Amino acid sequence: MDMNEIKEIFFQECEEQLAELESGLMKMNDGDRDPETINAVFRAVHSIKGGAGAFGLDDLVAFAHVFETTLDCVRSNKLEPTQDVLKVMLKSADVLADLTNAARDGGSVDESRSRGLVKELEALANGELLSPSAAAEAQASKPAAKAAPALSPAVEAPKTADDSGFQPIPFSFDDFGGEDEAGSGLPVYEITFKPRSDLYSKGNDATLLLRDLSRLGEMSSYCNMDDLPGLDDLDAEAAYLSWNITLMTDKGEDAIRTVFEFAEWDCDLTVEAVEAESAASSNDELPMIPVPFDLSILDEGAAELPAHQPTSDAATAVAAAETASNVTQMAAAAARVEKRESAAAAAASAAAAQNNAAAGAGQTIRVDLDRVDRLINLVGELVINQAMLSQSVIENDTTGTSSINMGLEELQQLTREIQDSVMAIRAQPVKPVFQRMSRIVREIADMTGKTIRLITEGENTEVDKTVIDKLAEPLTHMIRNAVDHGIETPEKRAAAGKNTEGTVRLTAKHRSGRILIELADDGAGINREKVRQKAIDNDLIPADTNLSDEEIDNLIFLPGFSTADKISDISGRGVGMDVVKRSIQALGGRINITSKPGQGSVFTMSLPLTLAVLDGMVVTVAGQTLVVPLTAIVETLQPEAAAIHSFGANHRLISIRNSFCPLVDVGRILNFRATQANPVEGVALLVESEGGGQRALMVDAIQGQRQVVIKSLEANYTHVPGIAAATILGDGRVALILDVDAVVGASRGQALKPEMSLAAVG
Amino acid sequence: MSYAVKNLSQGDRELIAFRIGDQEFCVNIMSVREIRGWTPATTMPHSPGYMKGVINLRGAVLPIIDLSARLGMKPAEPSVRHVIIVAQVRRKVVGLLVDAVSDILTVTDDNIQPTPEISSDTERQFARGVLAIEKRMICLVELEALFPDTESEAA
Repeated sequence: MDMNEIKEIFFQECEEQLAELESGLMKMNDGDRDPETINAVFRAVHSIKGGAGAFGLDDLVAFAHVFETTLDCVRSNKLEPTQDVLKVMLKSADVLADLTNAARDGGSVDESRSRGLVKELEALANGELLSPSAAAEAQASKPAAKAAPALSPAVEAPKTADDSGFQPIPFSFDDFGGEDEAGSGLPVYEITFKPRSDLYSKGNDATLLLRDLSRLGEMSSYCNMDDLPGLDDLDAEAAYLSWNITLMTDKGEDAIRTVFEFAEWDCDLTVEAVEAESAASSNDELPMIPVPFDLSILDEGAAELPAHQPTSDAATAVAAAETASNVTQMAAAAARVEKRESAAAAAASAAAAQNNAAAGAGQTIRVDLDRVDRLINLVGELVINQAMLSQSVIENDTTGTSSINMGLEELQQLTREIQDSVMAIRAQPVKPVFQRMSRIVREIADMTGKTIRLITEGENTEVDKTVIDKLAEPLTHMIRNAVDHGIETPEKRAAAGKNTEGTVRLTAKHRSGRILIELADDGAGINREKVRQKAIDNDLIPADTNLSDEEIDNLIFLPGFSTADKISDISGRGVGMDVVKRSIQALGGRINITSKPGQGSVFTMSLPLTLAVLDGMVVTVAGQTLVVPLTAIVETLQPEAAAIHSFGANHRLISIRNSFCPLVDVGRILNFRATQANPVEGVALLVESEGGGQRALMVDAIQGQRQVVIKSLEANYTHVPGIAAATILGDGRVALILDVDAVVGASRGQALKPEMSLAAVG
Repeated sequence: MSYAVKNLSQGDRELIAFRIGDQEFCVNIMSVREIRGWTPATTMPHSPGYMKGVINLRGAVLPIIDLSARLGMKPAEPSVRHVIIVAQVRRKVVGLLVDAVSDILTVTDDNIQPTPEISSDTERQFARGVLAIEKRMICLVELEALFPDTESEAA
């Protein structure tokens, strides 16, 4: 592996870290004060800094360092993460991303912007600190997790220990007495809980009870394992463990009793209210350190119940580390461990804490997209082959229940499962795209002087990677539009009696095999009169057209339309909503807008989950098998002679529920036959085209509905007008997928122009 | 096939010879991917007459060209005895429908005679020369000329 490859990996990791950073900051922006979130944010910047240092990317290191320092102040509770602070941090995250990109691609970064942010960050770090010495402490202070490896060589040191390798442990006297005193007068309860065997045999679980209990307040528990016999004497169904719990809660004793409501007959339970000080002192008298007990780890599986394990420093420390649900608590735990001079335990806790962080991210591997594509192709082949095999077995086998048939059925099931799993490899959550949007909102809000809040929902909704990649551009444009045109200035909003902060809501969800992405703003909505006037001015519609509100709203998708009065810096870069619509359609999607004056607009995009397969209606036309995308079809019907009306020399209309719809003979349009077929002998597919108009496509017969694997025609041939792509049917033959919009367009008189690249000679 | 494994000396080239009607043609073996039997093709709308349609080649959509029609001769009426030569032409893979594959030839550049002067442009356009082998006349076809590179033309 050469340097460039390592560097490439670093940049890929940076991308993940930046995503982590941004999502963490967004969470904090929404009021999340979980120390783990803050730690994750800190870690992200810290890792980028560490890696950048290794590659000598000085600009990146310098900026990351300042950023890290400020973050550290937040982490050590010296700086309150207010909205203003987070605003600076989010901007810093943007700059950090820019710097990373610049380091990778050699571009440049807006220096004034980064310099300004460095100043702001430094001001934040300094302004809120108590004294110069505290500043130095903040600079050096790292939580116990970072410091511990210095104590134990057994644990891998974090990437960037400070120069000397020594990192002081934050040592706050507030924390020293344990969290009990810090509890500022909340009632403290001492609970002893000793389950009897019946508790377990009735299906109750001590862990669940303890977890419920922990939700009432700050809890520390100590598992008494004195009764635990040697392994030989152990009765697997007996109960040996009991717990001494110190709980600080304002919920009252009843709440505690309620937790044990269903278990109280099967355990010995005492609940005692104690004075805070005595609780603390009683803690000290316990034979072991009371270990804050994070019950979430118990979800990992009963086998790992620390309580059931023989007691050891390491096990206790694991529990301690897992508990580190806030910095002070962690520091306190570390301090207490320190008191007992158990450095090894602290080291283990640090390791466990890091493992915990890693586990939270989920295990992933990076795979070249080409390899996945090859796999998908092969599986597509497998599916086709399996179908061919089934068909020939069915044709040749008359006994019906032979073992071949059964094996074949299993094969069918397996192939389907393989296909699904392979498709799932390409599926990714829309999160990265959504995250990118928050930056765009920030930037444009800054430029336009608006305050905008972006709310994202369903960002874990998964969709094919290609769809995600192609989604970013139209979405960016729409978000720009929403912020620039959609949402009013704070003054206007105030005048209209709205919250001065505008809201843009971005949602993703699955619906009937497609992904639905909604972009809603609470702005002024579409000014229909203006849109209409603009369309008339631009000769897009005749002046006397009578349009419904919905039709007017949809005018903004027309090419050459822009609602902006003047071309601003943000939108009006020559890309209109028509381009957005086209790129959505290129993905096999649809876009719609609904708008309420004064209340905002909602753009709804419906996209296929994958570009590799498609639900289609298999039809026959003039002896050819064609596939019509199911999404285009509104309904199918058998035309009756009375419903067919000639219109002029060449056109025919079909009346459907008292409206007339043009009939289009697919066979004729595609030049498969010279004359129009008799509609009464065929089937009509009512389709909705991009222009909004309906057409009745005439085909000879419907064979059925099927999911087909999309194959490119362009790869070896050329684009064929009226044909979107090809697929391979169960019998191994190629079937063409109809391009409904092109066929409908052709019926309007736009001829399907044969672009015969292969015929260019002679 | 002893021909195929024979070491080629400088200037030697190997050609695949095939028959269309009573005429023999050949193409450079380097562009041939495989040779397979005829399977019914799916008709493409708005395609030129020599375009037989597309078939499934292990998951890829392969256009089939009736070489007879492409060379300006009588269109073929494909049967099970017909053969498809799968050839790579630039970045695309196409199938050439011919009557039968007859030979693999190893020739030197000296064996290739310039195309005789004839009035028709069609033949001259595809022919890169003729070979005289054992009283046979074999026309060397330039595949690139059959399929002009439309993409580079457009650029």
